[in-house]
Amino acid sequence: MTSIVDSVKRREIEAFIYREARLADEHEYSAWEALWADDGHYWVPAADIHNPDTAMSVINDNRSRIRTRIAQLETGRRYSQSPPSRLARTISNIEIRSETSGEFDVTAVFTLVEATSRGRHLWAGRVNYRLRDTSGGLQMSYKCVDLVDRQFDLPTLAFLI
Amino acid sequence: MTSVNDLIERTRVHGSLYTSESLFAEELERIWYSGWVYVGHESEVPEAGMFVLKSIGPQSVIMTRASDGEVHILHNRCSHRGNRVCMSDSGTTNSFRCPFHGWNFGLDGTLLGYPHPEGYGGRHQLDDLPLPHVARVDSHEGFMFASLASDGPSLLEHLGDAAEGMTRLVNLSPEGKLDLGAGWLRHRAHANWKFIVENETDGYHPQFVHGSIFSVGDSRIGDLYGEHSSAVTRDFGGGHSENDLRPEFRSIDEPMFWFGSSEDRVPNYAAAMRSAYGDDQARKIMVDGAPHVMVFPNLFIAEITLFVLQPLAVNLTVQHSTAVQLAGAEELNKKMLHQCIGSAGPAGMLLADDTELYERNQEGIASREPAWIDTRRGLGRESVDERGRPIGTANDEIGIRGFWKHYASLMGDVAVPEGGRS
Repeated sequence: MTSIVDSVKRREIEAFIYREARLADEHEYSAWEALWADDGHYWVPAADIHNPDTAMSVINDNRSRIRTRIAQLETGRRYSQSPPSRLARTISNIEIRSETSGEFDVTAVFTLVEATSRGRHLWAGRVNYRLRDTSGGLQMSYKCVDLVDRQFDLPTLAFLI
Repeated sequence: MTSVNDLIERTRVHGSLYTSESLFAEELERIWYSGWVYVGHESEVPEAGMFVLKSIGPQSVIMTRASDGEVHILHNRCSHRGNRVCMSDSGTTNSFRCPFHGWNFGLDGTLLGYPHPEGYGGRHQLDDLPLPHVARVDSHEGFMFASLASDGPSLLEHLGDAAEGMTRLVNLSPEGKLDLGAGWLRHRAHANWKFIVENETDGYHPQFVHGSIFSVGDSRIGDLYGEHSSAVTRDFGGGHSENDLRPEFRSIDEPMFWFGSSEDRVPNYAAAMRSAYGDDQARKIMVDGAPHVMVFPNLFIAEITLFVLQPLAVNLTVQHSTAVQLAGAEELNKKMLHQCIGSAGPAGMLLADDTELYERNQEGIASREPAWIDTRRGLGRESVDERGRPIGTANDEIGIRGFWKHYASLMGDVAVPEGGRS
């Protein structure tokens, strides 16, 4: 089987994903936001219903709402992230599923430990990205975080997952 | 021995009311397992054969639509050995088969059959062992309530004037119906359920807890609860309360302003409303907007979002939330869903911060001094409306005092350990 992308492109995609994870972990809000394309869609589904236009989601942000979410965090008075959670996530099992006209569909799994004064929470799930090749490098046009526990009750999720 | 009555005063309540495990156990008995509790909406099971899993506090119940077309609320507990019979959150089925020994129940609870019937002397020998119904079920505007007690006030007696909140909500639909099919977010709060109830019609907190989102969005919510707002907080009695925002919307007098919209931006909806209700009544409904009503003890109608509270322990509550979806209002529904997702649930730009503060409140009262929580805001300017109901300004603690008055009527004689702590 021939791979979808060459090893150089694969390394570029992996580096992008690792950087995205680090910026989110470290609450580098504006740098994280700059990874998004203008038509970005950030989605965290809930329960078993999988149409974000007709069903409740944990997060279903278009690009404008991503901006609002970041702006709220940047006020320093988003109390659910003030003080901010301490975060460390591992991204693994990266597979580049397809390439269509300069857009790469990439899937991976993650585990993330969130530490707050109230204790630690383990987040995990599959994350699907759509990354777009542009003259300025890769941009993220879609990120879907499919939590393993999405059908159960969840604690507050106010950091960038 | 101290009793709950000693811990509830007009201007303050004792912190131990939120931390006592023995009191929580008694609340389950007297409030959640004796009174009326909201379970689900009939539109969640629109067709025969459909079911959704619901709860009454820690107890699991199944809400079904049986082949007779009726909505049933059944305990999720096999009448044989007590196993759970339903593990799915929702679905369509002909029957519930208990995996333990194969007993099979209809959606109306009837025991349809059991394997190897000779052990019971043949078939149809166990007709007294259906999947049990909750003691009483009743509904108002499609909102299904259950009571685990066979006696007590009727649902409409329990709801009192809070029933108007549900009617106001369904009147926003040109068909007079809700269509709650968007599914639920479930948000865990390590906090006592009463902190959450109190917050629902507390108009004092939004400009502080939610200042971050008001400052970056174009939200008008802060103004609705500000010092100069003409909105009213009302104690309906029975533990129910509301923030009545209509005085503000009526002074602005623009249809759909409440929704941040206007009639010409939702023309099909406006036309359907005018056709359904007539021009004058439709305009009034579209000016007045959606209700903001807390229905004791667990249903919060928050304009475009419905919240259902599920207490699991003295310091653990799950908040279920879904978007209001109105039958015949497609132009509104997608926007309401989008707005609801933005504000509610674990990542919501409002509810994440509310929940953070519920949890900090639970931590805060671990400190034993001062032992009391103050509830006197607006007491000096409290008045009554034309129907004799206590009202205050948009940000007075009317609803909180109303909650505790009703709570005392249900729980007042419960003994609590010395000093009110356990």
